[in-house]
Amino acid sequence: MINFQYSRANDIADAVRQMAASPSARFIAGGTNLVDLMKMNVERPAKLIDVSKLRLDKVEETASGGLRIGALVRNSDLAYHPLVKRRYPVLSSSLLAGASQQLRNMASVGGNLMQRTRCAYFYDVVTPCNKREPRSGCGAITGHNRMNAILGTSDACIAVHPSDMCVALAMLEASVHVTGPHGERAIAFADFHRLPGDTPQRDTNLEADELITSVELPPRGFETNYTYLKIRDRLSYAFALVSVAVGLELDGNTVMEARFAIGGVAHKPWRNAQAEAQLRGQPPSEATFTRAGDLVLRDAKGFGHNTFKIDLARRTIVRALSQAARATPQSQSNKKIM
Amino acid sequence: MTEANAASSTVTLVSVTLTVNGTRHALTLDPRSSLLDVLRDRLDLTGTKKGCDHGQCGACTVLIDGRRIVSCLTLAVLTDGASVTTVEGLAKDGTLHPLQQAFIDHDAFQCGYCTPGQLCSAAGLIAEGMAKTPDEIRELMSGNICRCGAYPNIVAAIQQAMRQS
Repeated sequence: MINFQYSRANDIADAVRQMAASPSARFIAGGTNLVDLMKMNVERPAKLIDVSKLRLDKVEETASGGLRIGALVRNSDLAYHPLVKRRYPVLSSSLLAGASQQLRNMASVGGNLMQRTRCAYFYDVVTPCNKREPRSGCGAITGHNRMNAILGTSDACIAVHPSDMCVALAMLEASVHVTGPHGERAIAFADFHRLPGDTPQRDTNLEADELITSVELPPRGFETNYTYLKIRDRLSYAFALVSVAVGLELDGNTVMEARFAIGGVAHKPWRNAQAEAQLRGQPPSEATFTRAGDLVLRDAKGFGHNTFKIDLARRTIVRALSQAARATPQSQSNKKIM
Repeated sequence: MTEANAASSTVTLVSVTLTVNGTRHALTLDPRSSLLDVLRDRLDLTGTKKGCDHGQCGACTVLIDGRRIVSCLTLAVLTDGASVTTVEGLAKDGTLHPLQQAFIDHDAFQCGYCTPGQLCSAAGLIAEGMAKTPDEIRELMSGNICRCGAYPNIVAAIQQAMRQS
């Protein structure tokens, strides 16, 4: 780890001011990803600005009937929060599917969003990686790419965003509230993370001098017909090969509203508006769900080791939509997939 | 050496106050120090183990203000003012913590390297109160790897301690 300067921020304005004065600094809260990357010399910030003591740790209902989640709420506190469990159970479920309880106790909501989109080559500083070192090349495209992306890839990068929480937030259509030197703004969740294109070094559309202050959920939480289904190499504490967050609204035998986001397949949580629209007005049948899965994976591209993910994603989408339609969400402790 | 590296070649030490197992320590730290290294190298509390040093194995698990975390990914400067409990702080007045006794009763270890982390993690698990069934214990203990494979005995030991708490 390189040497760095350390300072504590007193409030949001102080944090933003300090960042403006040190453009190569990073904010740190839980540090679960940043410290790990610093140990590997992948991240080499000149300065860390400690925002962990800012008072951004509240979960509160908004005037419009949604929920405002402070950026410093710990992942475990959010997962077990009564309002989240009751009104947004898919978010609670996704959080409990991610990392370990120790890491969830450390990791903040803002930090979960800001963890790097990454792959094994990003971590391995002796190999080329366009994300770590722009225009150096990509080791994964022709290398060991079993965990890598199959959708939205570019010639520069096929890394995936590993968050589980963000897959649920994408499905719920959350918004990310940030403060920078020019004031506050809100970023729709779909616009927060980026596809790699030819600038894979940029994971998000957050500006370097902006601080995430909260994540807001709209009122609709899909508290009945939802699931978070995560498929991985071991039963717990592993990144997703594929995961799917689903929210459905049914009227008898008709799908009125359908949303699903897929993790483990792209540089950001993946949604397909056409596939969701196609579900509306249809019966919640396996045939309907299979057509939606086919549509999502139509343009998928495998790179050898990860080509199996195309079929796996299709089947996981069908199974997750079926779980949500039956109102039998995936348990995150009993791992049997029904 | 990058520009960023060159720009911060002087180490600026940071004052940190930590309460560890009830004893207050005023420390002056290189901001790079992990809590794990501070516990082991500065405070000579070597019960907490360094396994992977990347948050993947759980051997370094300790409790901060009663909550389990991995000390290897915790920069000590971020824990200023915190109260830390390590495996050395679990026993009280010469009596083993119910978890420690349960691990002995159930032979819940072989080499023992992961055990301090398992014990602290299990203490956090019981305090959280979210695990009731063996499935839930296994899931919420998944951050602690045991390469000897003592998992069934660890689950049995935790169940015993839960009944006593």
